[in-house]
Amino acid sequence: MTTAYLDHAATTPMRPEAVAAMLPFLTERFGNPSGSHSVARSARAALDEAREVVAAALGAKPGQGVLTGGGTEADNLAICGVHAALGGKVVCSAAEHHAVLHATRAVGGEVVPVDSTGVVDMDALAAALTPDTRLVSVMLANNETGVVTPLQEVVAAVRERSPEALVHTDAVQAFPWLDVATEAAGADLVAVSAHKFGGPKGVGALVVRDRVALRPILHGGGQERDRRSGTHNVAGIVAMAAAARVTVEGRAETVARVGGLRDRLADGLLASVEGALETGPRERKIAGNCHLRFPGVEAEALLLLVDQAGVCASAGSACASGAMEPSHVLLAMGLSREEASSGVRLSLGWPSTSAEVDQALTVLPKAVAHLRG
Amino acid sequence: MRVLVAMSGGVDSSVAAALLVGAGHEVVGATMKLWGGPSDSGCCSVADVEDARRVAAQIGIDHHVFNFSADFSRSVVEPYVDAHARGLTPNPCIECNRHLKFDRLLRRATQLGFDAVATGHHARVEAGPDGRLRLLRGRDRVKDQSYVLSVLDQERLGRCLFPVGELTKAQVREKAAALGLRTAAKPDSQEVCFVAGGARGRRRFLEERTALHPGHLVEAGTGERVGSVPAVEMVTVGQRRGLGAGPGGARRYALEVDVASRTVVVGGEQDLLAQGVELTGLTWVGDPVPAGTAVQAQASAHGEARPAVVCGHPGRWGLRWVIPQRRVAGGQTVALYSGDAVLGSGVAVWRR
Repeated sequence: MTTAYLDHAATTPMRPEAVAAMLPFLTERFGNPSGSHSVARSARAALDEAREVVAAALGAKPGQGVLTGGGTEADNLAICGVHAALGGKVVCSAAEHHAVLHATRAVGGEVVPVDSTGVVDMDALAAALTPDTRLVSVMLANNETGVVTPLQEVVAAVRERSPEALVHTDAVQAFPWLDVATEAAGADLVAVSAHKFGGPKGVGALVVRDRVALRPILHGGGQERDRRSGTHNVAGIVAMAAAARVTVEGRAETVARVGGLRDRLADGLLASVEGALETGPRERKIAGNCHLRFPGVEAEALLLLVDQAGVCASAGSACASGAMEPSHVLLAMGLSREEASSGVRLSLGWPSTSAEVDQALTVLPKAVAHLRG
Repeated sequence: MRVLVAMSGGVDSSVAAALLVGAGHEVVGATMKLWGGPSDSGCCSVADVEDARRVAAQIGIDHHVFNFSADFSRSVVEPYVDAHARGLTPNPCIECNRHLKFDRLLRRATQLGFDAVATGHHARVEAGPDGRLRLLRGRDRVKDQSYVLSVLDQERLGRCLFPVGELTKAQVREKAAALGLRTAAKPDSQEVCFVAGGARGRRRFLEERTALHPGHLVEAGTGERVGSVPAVEMVTVGQRRGLGAGPGGARRYALEVDVASRTVVVGGEQDLLAQGVELTGLTWVGDPVPAGTAVQAQASAHGEARPAVVCGHPGRWGLRWVIPQRRVAGGQTVALYSGDAVLGSGVAVWRR
């Protein structure tokens, strides 16, 4: 049975360039870049170069990029690190990834409602922008619906109402599809995760612009200019840089090609499954996201059935036990628990093929019909 | 046969899955996520799901997690709290079987094309000469779980498998050890799975969900106030602990719990004896038995079955004990047996 992998928003395979780039650092160039001898310096040179590549891809100077152990750490560093330095109030949207949402709650922050498309409600945000607000975190593209936030509007509102506040954006889902360097240029902090764009898991980066005050959340050797400690994951960082380079170079082409596949998938399913609904306005979604709801069908059962037919997709988010929880994003958008549990995310990525779309277009309508009896 | 085996992460369901694989069935494992949060102690904790997943991998079957926590809250936890609030003694394991394992999971399994659902219960199913299915006690009398399955009917029984029902618990553990399953020496689950920490934990759990009230202890014969309890909702008919001693140091039991007047009527062991019990919500494994039928009735999971006669009529069923028995707390399930076979069950009604 062939597999149609439609869960690239969860993770996407590594780019061959990234795999090739990391291998020497798992073998002969194994040095700790913080050392002074030749083996260490060899690793250091690669680390420095990788940092430049990643920073450039994010529209930042090399010194503004903090290399982290993934997107969750980057988000936590932004929120907990800024809160530790500045105090005051942290504000985020109700549709944020848990890495932001739970970090915001952990520092006693305020969660602002979203509109029916999952984008932060601008009036509610304005109301939350009080004089004591010090950080506002709004994601660039939503991980479940793919809907993009007009970040410039958010930044403008924050600058106007809370001039002392910083803006953080979780660009983890956006990076494969949007020119984050431009789109997030107004943000003070920007988080990305390598494994969402063809790098390895466990590596990420946080852009920290020069004016940002930040305290570390991981204490130790101070490797990342005292903003983050821990021996550098050189192989992972080098691979992240290689993946970022390939992603940026081919982004326009990938968006056009995969966006076409996504449209064929979404339109095909909307046409062939009675009552199917698309979540979020298509024109405001990243190119790889197809999120649909099949009323009367439980996603948990549907995903198991289509998995048996080789189609890998997802719904909501999994808790530690592996059970699916109804999506907090869909609930925040005003959907009922039942509506939310009928939602399925089919996410495409750089290696997605037309054959995979064909397979999904065959398998899903059958499975939905079966479950509806 | 395509079988979905409900794997709790315990040794019984681990071995049930292994036996089905050994018998050549096409088997898939599923763990129901029913509860979460701070009091998550029981059959659906992360550690138990991991045990189930590892056992499934070891015996070479797929494993899934089904999130039925909303159903569990609605059908098991809320009625449990509500019953306590009314001074009744609920049996959440039976409600879980009724609404989750043998309804929600069974429907999900059918939807996904499975022919049957298997569990690790110690009970047996046999077809009689008339083709009707009989639900029988497990071979291991100490571990027998037919009581908590007494809400099953022909239709559901026909889609259930209890592979360890023919084995003793010792044999189950031997089998698990022989297969090298990580659950081989895992302790049996205890008490109510969603409430951790014994009586104190139960009190905390209820306190967070309903108002608990202090109550008076009232002597049955005299109506005299003889003490108090911190929470009348926590007292069970038949309970002895925490009620002090009667005249001359005699054992004192709870005879009645009345939440409305916040009183617990207490008395001696003799006062606890009842001639019978009224039942509601009767379900039958096979055909309903007529009034006058002699049965053995069991009022708790590991209680003894006592001889009784079915009396009453549809809508108002009851049992008359052959020898007076301790009264059954309202809310408790009473399972009716004929020898090893479960006939059906009902829920005890409390009436003053």
